[in-house]
Amino acid sequence: MTNVALVQFKPRKGEYAANLAALGAVFAQLHGAPTDLIVLPEAALTGYFLEGAVYELALAAPVFAADVNRIWRESGGGAADVVCGFFENDGGTFYNSALYVRLGGIEPQIVHVHRKLFLPTYGVFDEERFHTRGRKLGVFAGAFGPTAILICEDAWHAITSTVAALKGARVIIVPSASPGRGLGAGRELENVVHWKSMLANVAQEHGVYVLYAGLTGFEGGKGMSGSTCAFSPRGELMAEAPALGECVLRVTLDDAEVDVARSTLPLLGDLQSALPDLWFDPDLPLPRAAREPVES
Amino acid sequence: MIPEIVAPRYDPHAALAIDGATTASWLEGFLRDELVGRRNITRAVLGLSGGIDSAVVAYLCARALGPQNVYAIRMPYRTSSPDSLNDAQSVIDALGINAETIEISDAVDGYLRFAPDADGRRRGNVMARMRMLVLFDQSARLGALPIGTGNKTERLMGYFTWHADDTPPVNPIGDLFKTQVWALARYLGVPVAVIDKPPSADLEANQTDEGDLGITYAKADQILHLILSGYRDTNIVERGFTPSDVALVRRRVDTTHWKRHLPTTALVSATAINEFYLRPVDY
Repeated sequence: MTNVALVQFKPRKGEYAANLAALGAVFAQLHGAPTDLIVLPEAALTGYFLEGAVYELALAAPVFAADVNRIWRESGGGAADVVCGFFENDGGTFYNSALYVRLGGIEPQIVHVHRKLFLPTYGVFDEERFHTRGRKLGVFAGAFGPTAILICEDAWHAITSTVAALKGARVIIVPSASPGRGLGAGRELENVVHWKSMLANVAQEHGVYVLYAGLTGFEGGKGMSGSTCAFSPRGELMAEAPALGECVLRVTLDDAEVDVARSTLPLLGDLQSALPDLWFDPDLPLPRAAREPVES
Repeated sequence: MIPEIVAPRYDPHAALAIDGATTASWLEGFLRDELVGRRNITRAVLGLSGGIDSAVVAYLCARALGPQNVYAIRMPYRTSSPDSLNDAQSVIDALGINAETIEISDAVDGYLRFAPDADGRRRGNVMARMRMLVLFDQSARLGALPIGTGNKTERLMGYFTWHADDTPPVNPIGDLFKTQVWALARYLGVPVAVIDKPPSADLEANQTDEGDLGITYAKADQILHLILSGYRDTNIVERGFTPSDVALVRRRVDTTHWKRHLPTTALVSATAINEFYLRPVDY
């Protein structure tokens, strides 16, 4: 069993030190129950809409990991893993990234850094103006076993979760910052309705846990729609948070559930056998090299 | 024969439907975050005209901040309709918010003595800008943030006085069309007399918004929604609107983009503010 705490967080815009301190208080609260994995939203400690201030606030992954580890240890934390979205400065190249880090030791252990693949640059979004897009979707060994991270818009493309599942992921973690919009869908915002439908489909189709942590609070009129939630490998909603307001969502992941879900609805296994027929179709608009078989 | 199921055609009314509870809750969260969270200001001040827009904003502020922290300023000119004052009073009474009446007649007429040829439009603009001046001064007196009351329809149609109605730094209803403001007002329980009366800027006798605009809000909102969604005029006509109504709305939007921006500044450097040097408003 893996005990997960999803943290719906509301940063103060651009106030990194103050947000780190606020996160320390959340960490202290988490010690009240067993916690193996903590998931925070996209851009959790700076706010999302930074425009050119990205260049002032972006950090190298080791620096960010050291900061998170320091406040974790100051809060009295033992061993645990944390996923946290941040703006990354890699020697002058800037990414919208999420860090997976193992905490508790004197030095943090960076397990993985996912750099956002799909940078929304339309409507209210302008990410590609300030960030470079990531080029690789990794699956790595996390607290629950094979794990993938998709940051917000990454998850809107069906192929990313499909690739993650094909590469072995049994849990997909989605740190997000989603401005709320659409007031006509009843008691939930339209973007939240869409998110939940999409995440449930990802979980059910691939037999994976899906853990979604949303930023909350208003940023210059744009309200981040929180709605942190978790879905079981059968696509069932395990728990959810409201759109506005900070909170912690606790869920327990059970490895057996993934096996049972995949044996009951073997879509992933079917895809593995059918994939070559689909992927190497000469009518697919892919570069030639991508169609050539990959050596194992 | 087997049954046939036909998908419903485009319903322009459905596109603008809002859920009152969700909308109110969202906008109250916005007000709390913008005032208390971001600025550490617990009080709001607004101009209460007796119309539906400022009534809805008063209700939202009272729910978000508590009625004791809301200050409504009525700013009549001597030609303003007495009904406006009475309708504003009904909102004040219903909410239990703080209220004050500050006549702008002397201040407006003091300037207009130097502009005896001013027509109705100019006089209306002077009144609107005087109300802005009063609101900001009262803001300083009360330690309260001015709250905007302009709706999305009038912003898009350019139906407001630049650097007057649009000046408050925070506006909870600026992304709601007029018909959505009506729907929200019904949910909030705004007095029926305020909801049902014809909207008017009340700058001249017998003036109505729809008379000034040349189209009903119901039609204008649906056409605006389609324009903003990216439909071309021919697509909009195909959805049941007349070419003349579509052209009227399109022209008003296309000739007023400047009113929705800060003043145009000559760019001469690679560090021009809001062109190269980009920082969000809440940074």
